[in-house]
Amino acid sequence: MGKAKLESYFNQKQSNGENLFVPYIMAGDGGLDVLNERILFLQNCGAAAIEIGIPFSDPVADGPTIQAAGLRALENGTTIANVLQVLQISKEERNVPIILMTYINPIYRYGIASFAQDCAEAGVDGVIVPDIPIEEEKFIADAFYESSLAFIRLAALTSKEDRLKEIAKRSEGFLYAVSVTGTTGAREAYVEEVRAYLEMLKSYSSVPVLAGFGVSTAEQAQTLSSYCDGVIVGSTIVDLFHRGDIEGIQQLIVDSIHPVTIRN
Amino acid sequence: MTTYTMPDEKGRYGNFGGRFVPELLMPALLELEAVYEEAKQDPAFRESLDYYLKQYIGRETPLYFAEHLTRKLAGPQIYLKREDLNHTGAHKINNTIGQALLTKRMGKRKVVAETGAGQHGVATATVCALLDLDCIVFMGEEDIRRQKLNVFRMELLGAEVRSVSQGSGTLKDAVNEALRYWVNNVEDTHYILGSVVGPHPFPQIVRDLQSVIGNETKQQIVEQTGSLPDAVIACVGGGSNAMGMFYPFVEEDDVKLYGVEAGGAGLETKQHAATLSSGSVGILHGTMTHLLQDDHGQIEEAFSISAGLDYPGVGPEHSHLNETKRVNYTSITDEEALEAFQILSKTEGIIPALESAHAVAYALKLAAEMSPQEKLVICLSGRGDKDVEQVKNTLEVN
Repeated sequence: MGKAKLESYFNQKQSNGENLFVPYIMAGDGGLDVLNERILFLQNCGAAAIEIGIPFSDPVADGPTIQAAGLRALENGTTIANVLQVLQISKEERNVPIILMTYINPIYRYGIASFAQDCAEAGVDGVIVPDIPIEEEKFIADAFYESSLAFIRLAALTSKEDRLKEIAKRSEGFLYAVSVTGTTGAREAYVEEVRAYLEMLKSYSSVPVLAGFGVSTAEQAQTLSSYCDGVIVGSTIVDLFHRGDIEGIQQLIVDSIHPVTIRN
Repeated sequence: MTTYTMPDEKGRYGNFGGRFVPELLMPALLELEAVYEEAKQDPAFRESLDYYLKQYIGRETPLYFAEHLTRKLAGPQIYLKREDLNHTGAHKINNTIGQALLTKRMGKRKVVAETGAGQHGVATATVCALLDLDCIVFMGEEDIRRQKLNVFRMELLGAEVRSVSQGSGTLKDAVNEALRYWVNNVEDTHYILGSVVGPHPFPQIVRDLQSVIGNETKQQIVEQTGSLPDAVIACVGGGSNAMGMFYPFVEEDDVKLYGVEAGGAGLETKQHAATLSSGSVGILHGTMTHLLQDDHGQIEEAFSISAGLDYPGVGPEHSHLNETKRVNYTSITDEEALEAFQILSKTEGIIPALESAHAVAYALKLAAEMSPQEKLVICLSGRGDKDVEQVKNTLEVN
């Protein structure tokens, strides 16, 4: 489990020639009862890992779709404790690696050491904390290390090369490459900028690099996957689940993971 | 005298502060920190700031001996630091003018800001009009409904006011939305944060810019009376007027400092904004500090009759000064603040902002424990014109 589990599961996918596809779901959106069912469904669609969000009242790194899902989940009474309980109970039913994503305050309130231990106990393999830059990570990194959890770092397009190098070097499990800024500008120039960024991260990282934020179609997933190891898809998956479009999710994942030759 | 050198190089005030933000914002915070350090050393920046403080904002503000209130209370000699006499009617503009000049220095043309009741939004829109910067202000939809006139003021000043419907539709949600906007537009936009909150270097920049309050007070009281005051009182929401007042006095061990939070309907209810008096430590809006939160780390809504104190967090430096006990933090209820609002109006002919009325209310209590030889300074952070209608309605109901 933990780092080792992510590594072997990713290796297996990649040796089949697949792009890595990590869907994001909000725990408790639609009720906690459906969480395990959704995990198994995504596993069967071919997900390389599943990123599970735990809601926070003030999610500054999320866009409107995930904010709304978080509010619904909070109204359903979702907490770290009851999400971990569901994951613990259903541990034996799944193979796919589980990554938890939440903000630092709920983790801090839960207790950092207990959080790490309880995650490991519940079969969680990695953790993403979007409001912890490398300057502030020490007080959680040690606890994650103790529990063999992969501490997945986030890189941003706006960061300078020396920072990106440091972030890439530290990341465990995979490197989460945030691949948008608001200033999209000319489409062509943007694609080239992202390509250079992802290729640079690849060169510095010893773990797979996955691109995320704003990926909504299989075509985008294919393009980004040709520059790195795969993608993370959040808002689109959350939205499709919310609308009950299960087939749409399956289609998106299947079309994203099998590389196609990119036509001009 | 005690030496005080906060924050440290990581933006920490003892156990509080820091920079808990998405990586996307780190380059902007590092740039801001570097530009600010450089500006502080540059006499031309200081000169330009001083020019606007004097000629545009109308500083220095008086330190007024409140003779009638002093006589009425028969306690210490009471002095009012008249921040209500600044252009736009409160201390907020001391910060916005400085940050607008920093925006220009960074070569940025756009400004984003959050506002609760609209005071910081108006102060930001004002300096953006003056310095020809584009200005977007995020404001909760609930606050927009309650503060229509301030929305119109900002628009009159050329700003665009964007309604925030996410979350509870109040100040904390406006901060979230301003942060999100900044994340997406960081290359050409500066975020003018309105209080000593948020990630480093904001708490430091806002404190330094507001320190003009305490620096003037120190000089004025010595000129008028020959010595420093025995006690200083300021109200604390995020805590910018208080930090600006306290900071120049922190090393003066003989000056007692009192921070007054909004006790709302009372600390025993959930309807208050007394973060230090009854909150717990956590991380919100990029900083580790005291918060109003539930057992699962979800942020709770703050309540106060005064919109400017209605924030579920507090500046990290206040958390530090609370921990070291250098400042005594206490709270005043809505009812006590309303009474002080009327007392100051009648005795001195000065209508205070409801925020500042919390500081006045605590002074009324503290005065009973002080002698006529002692001197007490109240930071009168803003004027009450904006609150008159609300106070009228509240008094009529009761």
